[in-house]
Amino acid sequence: MTELVTDPLLRRALLEVVILGLACGPLGVWVLHERRAFAAESLSHAMLPGLVVASLAGAPLLLGAVGGIVLAAVLVAVAARDARVGGDTAVAVVVTALFGLGVVLALRPDVPARLAEILFGDPLGATAGDIAVAALLCGAVLVALALGGRSLRLAAFDPQAAPSLGTKPGRVGIALLVVLAITIAAAAQGLGSLLLVALLLAPAAAAIRASDRLGTQLRLAAALGAGCAVVGLEVSRSLDVAAGPAIALAACVAYVVVALVRPGERGPGLRRAPIDGLTGSR
Amino acid sequence: MSEVLIEAVGLSTGYAPGEPALRGVTFAANAGQIVAVLGPNGGGKTTLMRALLGELPPFEGRVDVHGEIAYVPQTEQARLDFPVSALDVALMGAYRRTPWWKRLGRAEHDRALQALDRVGLRERAKDRFGTLSGGQRQRVLIARALVQDAPILLLDEPFSGVDRASEATILGLLGQLRAQGHALLICTHDIEQGRGFDRVLGVHGEQTFFGPGAALDAAALERTYGSEIVTLGEGAAIAVQCHHHDHEHDQHG
Repeated sequence: MTELVTDPLLRRALLEVVILGLACGPLGVWVLHERRAFAAESLSHAMLPGLVVASLAGAPLLLGAVGGIVLAAVLVAVAARDARVGGDTAVAVVVTALFGLGVVLALRPDVPARLAEILFGDPLGATAGDIAVAALLCGAVLVALALGGRSLRLAAFDPQAAPSLGTKPGRVGIALLVVLAITIAAAAQGLGSLLLVALLLAPAAAAIRASDRLGTQLRLAAALGAGCAVVGLEVSRSLDVAAGPAIALAACVAYVVVALVRPGERGPGLRRAPIDGLTGSR
Repeated sequence: MSEVLIEAVGLSTGYAPGEPALRGVTFAANAGQIVAVLGPNGGGKTTLMRALLGELPPFEGRVDVHGEIAYVPQTEQARLDFPVSALDVALMGAYRRTPWWKRLGRAEHDRALQALDRVGLRERAKDRFGTLSGGQRQRVLIARALVQDAPILLLDEPFSGVDRASEATILGLLGQLRAQGHALLICTHDIEQGRGFDRVLGVHGEQTFFGPGAALDAAALERTYGSEIVTLGEGAAIAVQCHHHDHEHDQHG
């Protein structure tokens, strides 16, 4: 375990994933309360072509991630303008198309074979610059969540009355997606486009299950996110398995443990448990 | 004559341009007045509320609002699984007044507790909103409006699914607010209760009536509810809801 701190390579990886875990946990709580799990899953998959192009061009993956997400957002917006298609269908079609395009690009014989790294992440490859960028972005995400806490509460709890209380739920939804996109872009290097959603949603789902208090949920999700990142990295080191998948599995195990300790509650007035958000249903 | 706080003149509004869901609404609510909004399900009561809140644009006519509006939606519109206590919900009434960078202070907490006290729920302040009964949830939403302290209150069916004790508490509170000079618009299915307020506004896709409850005659009720109205004699009437929502196959009034 001490090698995580003493080994420079592992120490950088540890810093990177702990920073990501601290930001992903609280953001995930809001993503689930706002029923945006499908958007989180979709955004993380849709950036694959951008990551591949950045990888081919030797550009920072962060740049590729941002490009991929912006392209996906524009295409979804264009497709969703047709009322016969609808938002969910537009997201599904655009995301699968972009994901397929990314795989085709990455599997071309004349390009370096880095598909696994892009899909599943490589925290051990994090440089000091990557860590600084991740810290900056994740810090900004946490500040945004703290400052926007009241609006997020109103939009999630009572969207009908929110405008009369000074919050426009539509704008809050867009702002949350922007914050989500920033986090996904920041996490792409360390956790990959397929697996980062596990660190985003599983600790959050566990925290929501563990506590009935929003403040506790947010703090617990941050702690669980960072803790799962440490445990996953240690499992990766000791069992010599890939770090990204080990972290994703650790996050999911944390959720299963909490679910076993605190089985789901459905009181007489509860219409839907927050965990339904994991399915992306709204 | 007391000051007009909210009024609509020739208002047509709706959800799609060129397809008004509600037409020809002209009314005014003065300070210290309660206006009951009557109409069948799908008749345009909630549409009117949303237009008055500025969420729906006027296709024709205008809405004039003189002061902040507090909106109390139907309680089932709120997310019951969201982790907030009754006190948290009441505190939301202070959000608009408090700058976004400032934390809510002791004064706001005291005001929220006083509001919960007024609706008889101070001892349930720490309870999770979703675990309260329908009537208690409605009272918490009214406490939030009290904290907001807006001169105009819009209440969308505040008596729907509410037990008699809660209904009495809410009616008493509304009377106090009226006496304090607030203007209140209350959507209700209860015709006889609506008649007891200062003014009645009938809507059924368009305005069917506006005036004192005593002037709400059988012809006005027929225009408002169509064949859904049953007159019981001695001026009493009930609206029989037969469509729109299966779960509302009830008698009101």
